Amino acid sequence: MTGFYTLFHKELLRFWKVSFQTVLAPVLTTLLYLLIFSHVLEDHVQAYPGVAYTVFLIPGLVMMAVLQNAFANSSSSLIQSRVTGNIVFVLLSPLSYHEIFLAYVLASVARGLVVGMGVYLVTLGFFEVPLRSLPWVLLFTLLGSALLGALGVIAGIWAEKFDQLAAFQNFIILPLTFLSGVFYSIHSLPPFWQSLSHFNPFFYMIDGFRYGFFGVSDVSPYFSFAIVVTCFLAVSWLTLQMLKTGYKLRH
Amino acid sequence: MTPAIEIKQIHKRFGAVTALEGIDLEINPGEFFALLGPNGAGKTTLIHILAGLTLASSGSAKVMGHDVVTGYREARHLLGVVPQELVFDPFFTVRETLAIQSGYYGLKKNDSWIDEIIHHLDLTDKANTNMRALSGGMKRRVLVAQALVHKPPVIVLDEPTAGVDVELRQALWRFIKQLNRDGHTIVLTTHYLDEAEALCNRAAMLKQGKVVALDSTQNLINSISGVSVRLRLSSDTLPTVLQPLLSSHDDGYYVLTLKEYSEIEDVLAALRRAQVQVLEMQLLQPDLEEVFVKIMGSTESQEAA
Repeated sequence: MTGFYTLFHKELLRFWKVSFQTVLAPVLTTLLYLLIFSHVLEDHVQAYPGVAYTVFLIPGLVMMAVLQNAFANSSSSLIQSRVTGNIVFVLLSPLSYHEIFLAYVLASVARGLVVGMGVYLVTLGFFEVPLRSLPWVLLFTLLGSALLGALGVIAGIWAEKFDQLAAFQNFIILPLTFLSGVFYSIHSLPPFWQSLSHFNPFFYMIDGFRYGFFGVSDVSPYFSFAIVVTCFLAVSWLTLQMLKTGYKLRH
Repeated sequence: MTPAIEIKQIHKRFGAVTALEGIDLEINPGEFFALLGPNGAGKTTLIHILAGLTLASSGSAKVMGHDVVTGYREARHLLGVVPQELVFDPFFTVRETLAIQSGYYGLKKNDSWIDEIIHHLDLTDKANTNMRALSGGMKRRVLVAQALVHKPPVIVLDEPTAGVDVELRQALWRFIKQLNRDGHTIVLTTHYLDEAEALCNRAAMLKQGKVVALDSTQNLINSISGVSVRLRLSSDTLPTVLQPLLSSHDDGYYVLTLKEYSEIEDVLAALRRAQVQVLEMQLLQPDLEEVFVKIMGSTESQEAA
């Protein structure tokens, strides 16, 4: 346990020591999104009846921040350690691959939670956002950030260089989050795009998370939960296999 | 007695390149062992296999009886490795780095041992300095300290003195010798053969992925027969009777190879007869470097043939 706890703690310190960049910056970016989109779209879009667009937008943006930062945490920590070579200290130690997996994923969850909380708390100062079900909100936050944390481990191990990691982030993670219904309800989309959205796992994370706030969602939260859990288990299995076989870590 | 390190028929291929070709090696507890060989001989690959940083293509390796793959947790607890590259985590100070490394090995309260390592490696003044701010030599000391946090019975140092100043080198060897006296098994790679000769009781020489020599350092040195004498003479030419003994001549110095010490008398007699005065004379003892050059050279000619 001490080994796992040490690595987890080290991963927390790693982002906390540079929290200006890892916490405050994403909070600010997310608030800018909120400011601009709500200003431009407030009068044009109504996603759910009786819910102001800005208020609709807030949970989506919070969840987007959670997911993106969870991914950034594990992936950037791993690629930095691999490029600078200090990953060797973890690899030389008797830490099991389960412990390594858990430490990186949980640190990602923590970063996601901290940034998400930051965004949420600031918005509370300006808007009244309902909170129907805290358990659903927490459940989707934890699962979503864990899923993205595990994806970050995969990306951090797969990428050889920073630009490959950036490609993973810009061409996979970013489009999937932007097209997941953060900024709109998918019911406002043409049928083709609406059905395509159902193949995007990020859609279920956002939709389930939003259900916790409004009690309204595009699909049932139980269904979203099942999809997200399945994705998490599949990605975790893959990540554990990579760590177990030493893919790109132990040559 | 369980060997400290037991390597059996280790092969390693990287794609088309064969790095190790059937290495067999057994190192006993308490030994101070040198792993020698030119760059690219496979020393680091072998160490990486022991440490679990590289997976062997075939064969097995054990640390104190624990297989490095199937029993990796035990094996890694028993092994401390100082990597060759100067790596560090820029987020932490020296003390934090050592506390974190201890934690990885499951050690919570390791402060007194950390203090002791810090003291022995002369890092006391730098204990609370961020790793980024340290000089290369200081970073090297921290790498050594990191390998020792869990008091491993087997310690492997991969070129620990490359690019390190005399002071640290001496301090480092004092500390490592102390650890060896306390019962730790030490394995080191180095390109400074005088270091290996002074410190190690046994050595293996690797070349192109094979062990080409394995014996006690003394036996290896004894395998070089004869003795050399280096002379500076009053005359520009060496008397003809001595020509067959000549092994090299440069910068006014003649090096003659003799079968035994008593032949020196004949050499001096021959010089006297030729009325040549000896201006300087030096007896050259065979050393590990000579053995190394001879062994690396002879396997080369074998391969050519």
